[in-house]
Formats: sequence, structure tokens, C-alpha cells
Amino acid sequence: MLARILAAILCGLLFGMGLVVSDMINPARVLAFLDIAGNWDPSLAFVMGGALLPSSIAYWIRKRQAAPAFDDRFHVPANGRPDVALVGGAVLFGLGWGLVGLCPGPAIAALITGHWQAGLFVTAMLAGMIIHRLTFGRPSAATQ
Amino acid sequence: MNDFNMMWPLAGGLLIGLSAGLYLLTTGRIAGISGLTAAAIGLTGAGFSKLGIGFLGGILAGAALASAFIRQPEIVVTSSAPLLVIAGLLVGFGTRLGSGCTSGHGVCGLARLSPRSLVATLTFMTVAAATVFVVHLVTGGPV
Repeated sequence: MLARILAAILCGLLFGMGLVVSDMINPARVLAFLDIAGNWDPSLAFVMGGALLPSSIAYWIRKRQAAPAFDDRFHVPANGRPDVALVGGAVLFGLGWGLVGLCPGPAIAALITGHWQAGLFVTAMLAGMIIHRLTFGRPSAATQ
Repeated sequence: MNDFNMMWPLAGGLLIGLSAGLYLLTTGRIAGISGLTAAAIGLTGAGFSKLGIGFLGGILAGAALASAFIRQPEIVVTSSAPLLVIAGLLVGFGTRLGSGCTSGHGVCGLARLSPRSLVATLTFMTVAAATVFVVHLVTGGPV
């Protein structure tokens, strides 16, 4: 368990550094990518492309392994079919993301800048997650 | 944003992908920030997830380190307080209902060729771009 926690902290470190280096921590940069009809900034496409390279290699390696390094099995959900909850959730998320340019990772990373806007957004985001838990009941840990 | 330089987003993306890949191969789990956040605050079952807390703590430390030694972020938030609350609620609720966000579906889901993640990613990308378009149309500029 300790090895897994240390791995989580290390991976979080890399993730947080990546958000700052790519400037995805800056909502204006993200909104400029989403603003296709305006002064378009392609940064987010390069971030996704850069991220998919190592992660695709890792998921390819995974197919050849029985278990991860620090656990007895993989906890990756089986590929299922899209459903109403998936699409409905993605629509609501896209709406919120497009309104201010913050998604969960960058919002949490932005807390270190001390901007009150990041704190307010993250508080509301946690409230939204709790409301989902209370209304849709059952815990849905990993059904990606 | 007129200061686009592809090396920064490419380097940052590689770090994020490295994080997601290492997390899979060491812990066997998906590096999805919305899921990790929900787990960290105890919404996914067995108490407060130590992995979730560790990963989120790592994000804060990594962002602080990179800000201090690599690149000072210049954050521009023009959104009003009510808009931040509405958007935060939508992002929190939506990512839980849709089982993931930009990292879980976008980075990890596409990497493992998940049809659900492809549908989710195309949906939230399209809706987000349409939202920006409509907001600009209505307000004549960013809100």
C-alpha cells in the first residue's frame, strides 16, 4: 500500500508539473483553444497529442502484463457501450468547462496560485460531486 | 493568446501522459482527476482514498515546483463569482455522471481505445466549443 501511495504522489507531481509547463493551468489558454471561431490557440491539441504518446505505450505494455508493479491486478474497467448517463454527464461537463475554461485537474492545480476564483470553482465542483452522490446514490468508482 | 509555442504544450503533455502511464503500470489504475478527487473526499466507497489524496497532493506540489523553477504561470480568470459557481457545479456533477473528465476519458480512455471514452471526449469537447461560441455571440466577448 505504501508503494502505491508513493507512486500516486510521484504521478501527481508529474501531472501538476505538466499542467504548469503546458499552461493548461490557465483558463484563458483553454478557452482560446475552445474558441474555434475566434483567435484560436492550438495548445490543447499539442497537450493531448503529447500525453497520448506515453500513455498509449503504457496501455500497450499493460496488455502484456498480468498485474501492475504494486498491486495484484489491474483496476481498469472493461470496454462497455456508451449510455445516456455517459453522454448526459459529458454534456453537462462540457457546458461548465466552456463557461469558464476550468476542468478538474487544472482547477486543483490553480489552487497554488492563490486566486480566489480557483478556490470558489473547486468548492462548487466538490459540491457538484456530492450532489451527484446524494441524488444518483450508489458509488460509481471506476466505470470509465 | 498570441504567444503560442508548440514546445511548451508538447512538453507538458508528455509529462501528463508519463504520469498517466506510470500510474497505470505501478498501481493498475486510471489517472482520472475527477474520479481521484471524488475518491479523495470519500464519495466512492471505502473512506477517504489515500491514493486520491496522494495524487491530488502531488498535483499541488508539482504545480508549485514547476511554477517556481520552470515557468511562472500567468493565470487570467475573467469569470464572475456566480458563473464560477454554476460552472463548478456542472463540472463536478457532470464528470461524476459521465464517469470522467479530460484526463480519465481524454488521456487514459483514448490511450486504451475505449469507445465510451471516445464518445465522452467528442461530446464534452463539442459542447465546450459550442458554449464558448454562444457565450461570445451573446456577450460580444468572453464573460
